[in-house]
Amino acid sequence: MTTTSRLDVTKTYKLLIDGKFPRSESGRTLAVEGASGRVTSHVCHASRKDLRDAVGAARKALDPWRHATAYLRGQILYRMAEMMEGKREELAEAIRTGAACEPGSDVKAAKGAGGTRALANRKVSADDEVMLAIDRLVTFAGWTDKYQQVLGCNNPVAGPYYNFSVPEPTGVIAVVAPDAPALLGLVALLAPVICAGNTAVCVAGESGSARLAASVLGEVIATSDVPGGVVNILTGVRSELLPVIAQHRDIDGVHAANIDAASAKVLREGVAENLKRVKVREGVDFSDEAEGASPWWIEPFVEIKTVWHPSAM
Amino acid sequence: MTGERNGTDMATAAAGQQDSAMSNGEPGRALVATRRESLGRAGLDFGSAWDYAPAPETVKAPIAERYGLYIDGKFVMPTGKGGVGKGKSASGYFETINPATEGTLSRVAQGTAADVDAAVRAARKALPKWAGLKPAERGKFLFRIARRIQERARELAVLETMNGGKPIRESRDVDVPLAAQHFFYHAGWADKLPYAFPGRPAPRPVGVCGQIIPWNFPLLMAAWKLAPALACGNTCVLKPAETTPLTALRLAEIFEEVGLPPGVVNIVTGDGRTGAALVEHAGIDKIAFTGSTEVGKRIASAVSGTSKRLTLELGGKSANIIFEDASLDQAVEGIIQGIYFNQGHVCCAGSRLFVQEGVLERVKTKLMIRLASLRVGDPMDKNTDVGAINSRQQLEKIREYLEIGASEGASLCVPSGEGGRAGEGAVGSDAKAIARASSAGLPEKGFWCRPCFFADVQPSHRIAREEIFGPVLAVMSFRTAEEALVRANNSPYGLAAGVWTDKGSKIFEVARKLEAGVVWLNTYNRFDAASPFGGFKESGFGREGGMQGLRAYVEV
Repeated sequence: MTTTSRLDVTKTYKLLIDGKFPRSESGRTLAVEGASGRVTSHVCHASRKDLRDAVGAARKALDPWRHATAYLRGQILYRMAEMMEGKREELAEAIRTGAACEPGSDVKAAKGAGGTRALANRKVSADDEVMLAIDRLVTFAGWTDKYQQVLGCNNPVAGPYYNFSVPEPTGVIAVVAPDAPALLGLVALLAPVICAGNTAVCVAGESGSARLAASVLGEVIATSDVPGGVVNILTGVRSELLPVIAQHRDIDGVHAANIDAASAKVLREGVAENLKRVKVREGVDFSDEAEGASPWWIEPFVEIKTVWHPSAM
Repeated sequence: MTGERNGTDMATAAAGQQDSAMSNGEPGRALVATRRESLGRAGLDFGSAWDYAPAPETVKAPIAERYGLYIDGKFVMPTGKGGVGKGKSASGYFETINPATEGTLSRVAQGTAADVDAAVRAARKALPKWAGLKPAERGKFLFRIARRIQERARELAVLETMNGGKPIRESRDVDVPLAAQHFFYHAGWADKLPYAFPGRPAPRPVGVCGQIIPWNFPLLMAAWKLAPALACGNTCVLKPAETTPLTALRLAEIFEEVGLPPGVVNIVTGDGRTGAALVEHAGIDKIAFTGSTEVGKRIASAVSGTSKRLTLELGGKSANIIFEDASLDQAVEGIIQGIYFNQGHVCCAGSRLFVQEGVLERVKTKLMIRLASLRVGDPMDKNTDVGAINSRQQLEKIREYLEIGASEGASLCVPSGEGGRAGEGAVGSDAKAIARASSAGLPEKGFWCRPCFFADVQPSHRIAREEIFGPVLAVMSFRTAEEALVRANNSPYGLAAGVWTDKGSKIFEVARKLEAGVVWLNTYNRFDAASPFGGFKESGFGREGGMQGLRAYVEV
């Protein structure tokens, strides 16, 4: 027997920090409206403290992750893709559901400052976007044990030395995702970062769909084999979180794309703080598979280490 | 390269003596280098038998009375207007000296904002033709430059030593040959760039590059900056360091000789204000800076609101780690090369020495003996190991750190003033040791600091954390490899590191875990045009040299 009067159990999605799902320590939430304007769910409204906690978790997770074998990292990224495949419907639904965030929240202020704006991207359906995101992850699962051979080399020095250069992960990277595409934007920025052995603190885009998609992705990650703290996901407001990212001395780099100019400026100013490597991409077409699969998306988040040793009998 | 091997064997001349001192000594005997205890009996006293007759370099490098700015293929007078340039000299020139004698060598132009503007305009004007030149032809210009540097090598070395204070042996065997190699190496890249960037078949030049270089390797840094930029089709405005402009200006003469098109390289001399004008100029597409982390951060801040690209090669406090199973005599030689090369004015200097506990006393003893045999003095003498400190300002900074180290409780170890006589030494944390480091037995004129090290250093000491940029080493100990790694990596810097052990598996594991852009294993301070150089963390970003060094000068 079915009942038409059953009340939906609406969900409040939580943050992903250190492999666990805490609510924001601030207790704040943001509502996500469906296409009809009805509130379908809530996500946590991450605070500066949540961000700092996430950075701490990412730092703690860094050494085991970067020193794991490349083969293992590849298998874990592939496992993540497998788990996404199993949640294709839920991910697509998340993208379809969130049309805009509740009016009157902090987001409004961010909008005023040129905040939420979905930049031009080729229109793809939610289903196609999910498939593109999964395929992007698979691509980088395959890169984990190859980019070193493309970006590194042996160096023919003019002396009796053996000399080689290898790329090594930069460290803790803040991933600042665009408002659209909701899922693909985040995955495309995150995959090259963790592929290289960095750990990530992600700030989801400010559209409702970006927040929901990021939250669902967090649930996927937690149930795949990704070690806790390697990927941390925050839903919140850029104008609050980005200055903390810029000033945080334990964040080594930033990967962002298609965000507003004010946000980009805040992030770029962080270079002067601790020489963090800041890569803010503009006008990215995330559905361009050839571009997005390039090792030049990994290269900004590796450091070239050159090793010398004398060679003699 | 034309018969010059690596050109970086800067300590080989002295190494032979050191070896014999070691084999005749008592390597097994642990000598305790505690405060105020003389290490004098550790070595052998050869009396004056090791004193060298003077061997001055005789080649002369003519220097003009005055140098203008090199803009658009011509030497031009500075404008002396435009907001910078005032206060130094009414006529728009300032004196450049020989730090070993304090005598004036020449007067060079203080570039103003207007001069920088003229230089940037010249570079912009020259860009389309230079970038559009057939790449192989571009490369041929660089090959020619490399050849002319080699042919004028001795003159350049003499000039470098006169203006910067570094021993002629180093400028002759390291700086100049490497500068030539950088042009030669990058010349060949000009028509091969698509092969350097997989999947990016058409790398394009960035545009007009503003390049600011330091005073520690004046000609070599000019080569590091200019060669890759030119090979990739960019045009440049180079700002040499305030205290060492002469070899860059001599390089401009070489550009004229080889017929480099006007405006492709422009050289604007001056002080920090000239550099600031360059950084702030709206017509610059890329800034490349080598210098202190403090200035680097200011530049990063100035550039952050613009679309200018940026690479920074900044300071360091590099760790040199010696394990018990290292070949100790070799390691001590590496320490010497690591920290006393070029008076310690080296961004990647191995200024933090970590010695495994069991060999700490032996290493300190050997170090003291070796230090006493380093000849400090006239940079133009071919037997000199340690020349003059680059400037009075730098000498004052070094002396300040000597006092800081002593007041923090570390023990300053300084060899005696009698160069070449092994085994005499002074250990202590008092004013006497500091005075000995900077005056006793040294010429009255000029800026000098005797090579020395601090023992009993704690990781929290400022001398263990901050870049001194002088011939001052901080010696610390460790017990396990894990501890060495944690302490070596516990620094905001990450430029270079050294590891000494004869155990292959250990050396590669330590190398893998060190957070440093260059890791020297059983060697130190080796450089090559084919080998990328640059730092992790706050030592900057971007690489110079090698295939990876091209990345900063192309859009892919």
